[in-house]
Amino acid sequence: MLQIDKDACIGCGLCEENCPFDAISVEDGKAQVNDNCTLCGTCVDVCEVEALSIPREEGAGIDLSQWAGIWVYAEYRQGKLAQVSQELLGIGRDLADKRGVPLSAVLLCADSGDVPQELIAAGADQVYVVEDDALSHFNDESYGAALEDLARKHRPEVILAGATAIGRSFIPRVATSLNTGLTADCTQLAMGDDGHLHQTRPAFGGNIMATIMCPNHRPQMATVRPMVFPASAPDQSRSGEVITESVSAKRLKSRTRVVETVISAGEEVNLAEAEVVVAGGRGLETDQGFDLIKELADTMGAAVGASRAAVDSGWVGYPHQVGQTGKTVASKLYVACGISGAIQHVIGMKSSETIVAINRDKNAPIFDVADYGVVGDVFDLLPPLLEKLKERSGK
Amino acid sequence: MNIVVCIKQVPDAKDVRLDPETNTLSREGVKSVINPYDRHALEEGVRLKEEYGGSLTVLSMGPPQAAAILSEAISCGADEAYLVSDRAFAGADTLATTYTLAQAVAKVANPDLVLCGKQATDGDTAQVGPGLAVRLDMPFVTCVKKVHTVSDGVLTLERMMDDGYDVLEVDLPALLTVVKEINTPRFPSLRGLKRAKDYQVASLTAADIEADESQLGLGGSPTQVVKVFPPEKKGERTMIEGSVTEQVDKLAEIIFEAALGS
Amino acid sequence: MIVDLAKQITDEMIIPNRARYDETEDYPLEIVETLAKSDFFALFVPEEYGGLGGGCLETALALEQFGRGCVGIATAYAASALGAYPIIVGGSKELKEHYLPLIATGEKRAAFALTEANAGSDASGIQTTAVEDGDHWVLNGTKQWITNGGQAHIYTVIAMTDPHKGPRGATMFVVESDDPGFSAGPKEKKLGIRTSATTELIFKDCRIPKSRMIGRRGAGFITVMKTLDKSRPGIASLGVGLSQGALDEATVYAKQRVQFGKPIISFQAVQHMLADMAIQTEASRALVYVAAKHIDAHPKDMSKASAMCKVMATDTAMKVATDAVQVMGGYGYMREYPVEKMMRDAKILQIYEGTNQIQRNVIGQELNKEYN
Repeated sequence: MLQIDKDACIGCGLCEENCPFDAISVEDGKAQVNDNCTLCGTCVDVCEVEALSIPREEGAGIDLSQWAGIWVYAEYRQGKLAQVSQELLGIGRDLADKRGVPLSAVLLCADSGDVPQELIAAGADQVYVVEDDALSHFNDESYGAALEDLARKHRPEVILAGATAIGRSFIPRVATSLNTGLTADCTQLAMGDDGHLHQTRPAFGGNIMATIMCPNHRPQMATVRPMVFPASAPDQSRSGEVITESVSAKRLKSRTRVVETVISAGEEVNLAEAEVVVAGGRGLETDQGFDLIKELADTMGAAVGASRAAVDSGWVGYPHQVGQTGKTVASKLYVACGISGAIQHVIGMKSSETIVAINRDKNAPIFDVADYGVVGDVFDLLPPLLEKLKERSGK
Repeated sequence: MNIVVCIKQVPDAKDVRLDPETNTLSREGVKSVINPYDRHALEEGVRLKEEYGGSLTVLSMGPPQAAAILSEAISCGADEAYLVSDRAFAGADTLATTYTLAQAVAKVANPDLVLCGKQATDGDTAQVGPGLAVRLDMPFVTCVKKVHTVSDGVLTLERMMDDGYDVLEVDLPALLTVVKEINTPRFPSLRGLKRAKDYQVASLTAADIEADESQLGLGGSPTQVVKVFPPEKKGERTMIEGSVTEQVDKLAEIIFEAALGS
Repeated sequence: MIVDLAKQITDEMIIPNRARYDETEDYPLEIVETLAKSDFFALFVPEEYGGLGGGCLETALALEQFGRGCVGIATAYAASALGAYPIIVGGSKELKEHYLPLIATGEKRAAFALTEANAGSDASGIQTTAVEDGDHWVLNGTKQWITNGGQAHIYTVIAMTDPHKGPRGATMFVVESDDPGFSAGPKEKKLGIRTSATTELIFKDCRIPKSRMIGRRGAGFITVMKTLDKSRPGIASLGVGLSQGALDEATVYAKQRVQFGKPIISFQAVQHMLADMAIQTEASRALVYVAAKHIDAHPKDMSKASAMCKVMATDTAMKVATDAVQVMGGYGYMREYPVEKMMRDAKILQIYEGTNQIQRNVIGQELNKEYN
């Protein structure tokens, strides 16, 4: 519960003004808290006289020294290792070196082939492999049970996984089963001198960054956004240990069964992992207008993105929607054409490296996040640009 | 089929504005609404109830004002609604939240199916659904985009993946988290609004759900927020001026450099 | 409650789709089904027959919102109410029990069939006939410009049963869309309310059971009059809604549009036009609410109030929509902006459910009676 030091409180009202939940008010010159309080801590941070505090009982905790090593869940689906796994091995390597512990990858599949070698080349010291027919298709229960059992047996201090459809699905299950904390969608990871993993993630739609720790529980678990960390360059000369593990059939039994896996080509592009995105919005006016975006993307070998307005108008399918209710992209280049830049859209693309915005309204908020802006009509600019790019790329 | 839908009250994204001076969220005049994904969970619940019969119970954990979204759920077709609310729940991370919700679900219903939105738009963690399923010892499927059929205690559905979708079968009881493609949420009905007006949302406290206090709220949360800070500001932007031809030339150069040239 | 929900559906569903329906002229089935799910078809049906028992006022409040969004879509909804009213005001208990619950859920849509080639304002020119044949009535004739034609399942139709008796020889019947000998013609091409379906209805030896007669033989005109008295405040509210929508568009535009270095709303010429539009809209709204309340309270004395609010609100709608186009100038004339459609839609309000000239006749006749 929020503690208010009535002697220190000067009734300035800063807490009341800043409380996102209308949970605090100044009455008779002193702050009062009501039932709306969620202990978010905003008021504690803004209080200038340190009259507010949220006391925390130090957790009964577990013996942290029993847990050592950095683990990366290697996401392997349809015969392919997800790129995010290589990125995780890169950052995982740094964390492991800082802690002086080994870096391990965990591979769950039916047939591992030469993937363990690939993982070692990418930085793993050890690869735990569970091969079982029950793991041939991803399913939450079998994968969750396998990772949970390995974690209980080997006690890593950190488990990282990609914040992909798979990672975001079964990793929360593992964390709950292990009764430990999990931070979703991290964009920064650092190993503190205190031995705790400092996990930073965007909150409130990316408008605030929050650094989160899990001080009294192990393992410390995080899912990490793809395309945030650089993939480690493979070093085929690295050597490492492949450890084959088995998990009991009973544990691998799942109450869900995959009947069919449908991989969509073309239309359902993997926007989240695209290096270049060309996106269009309301300014394209019609679906013929939006075809310009598709053509431009095609020429550049880019993925097509769209604002909600364009998707709602039916010019392009929902898989292309970027923003709060669509996909989050972190591309090298994001070209926003005729997109005004509503906050819901900006949330989904602002971590792109270079943002180019074209809009006829010079006050459009998209320019606030752009690196390069052009005030102009998309229909004047895009056709000649298309020609130019075709010329340059030799198509 | 007994269905439970878990919903959360979040600030309306339409109203959220970024203060350009401080680069922080301005919440002034921001309405609170049902988390958009939860609307789709609720709609799927109503739809499945209409098709297969049974009951539909809605739960929300939150401050007293969250009763408003439960009322809205009643007006859209839910049978019963419970607000899980207690000062002791404050500061809960996802682990403590799943514990609290699981206790509440067990208290009020014996569900065949639990539905949640894929994630809440304020936290975006997508952890509560899967965590709740573990607590309830149910199989779960996240990001469900279509429920085909329910028969003989088996649900057939489609789960969205990064590169397409999977068709799955899952044994009931089960928990699903849904994406917005799954349906179009209905508007309230006049009869529903009338019922909601008279309906008293029941409140459940920590004592009501027989919770172990050590697993609640801040104390039951393994994760701690240690620092909150604004994201790095973008560097200065460059506006490209000049004639259309000049602008196009410059654009092509930037694009080529940033993407194609590398 | 009614207003909030009607407003929400209008803002979130009707307004975003109105231009598309106007362009394609498709019947707004998806929206009509949404309104059904949200109980709007139950609104005007008495509670004992599965409805919510709303009066003229409640229905008017809903129609005002829908009309603000799109009078064409609102007409597709209102036509069911119009088609149901004859059963509500004149039907037997059996007819009510059979048809009204189906209309209330929206499972079946209704339509009202009065107008013919030679009978509209002059209802005595009706040439459609109904002849007794054992346990059946056999209808022959053609109805014209019937709203919801081809889209409705239940038609309330007036036909001459005793032509020699003149107006007292007309009787109303319920005809179902799958009755033998019944068919609907192709959708008419109209100036406005293009999404709403308007067709001919053709009765060719159309046989219906005797139980389908509404009220007693020869009561058809009384039923028609009672029906129109009840329905006109609805048309009036469509006018109020349309005026409000046009005023909203014009005002927002006038604040944004800059000429001579200033938003045009700062020019008195524009201000005065907007002010007049606002005054007329508000005055119509006030009259419609008062008339609707009056009708709900005095079900036997409603013609004058009903006619007055219809004239006032629909003449206003035409004027406000025209002025909205004027305020917006060239942009207002373009299909990209909604006021052009509003101006086209407004015109029908002065014509259907009794032209405004006929309404003035009604008012005049009532005055003549009152001052005896």
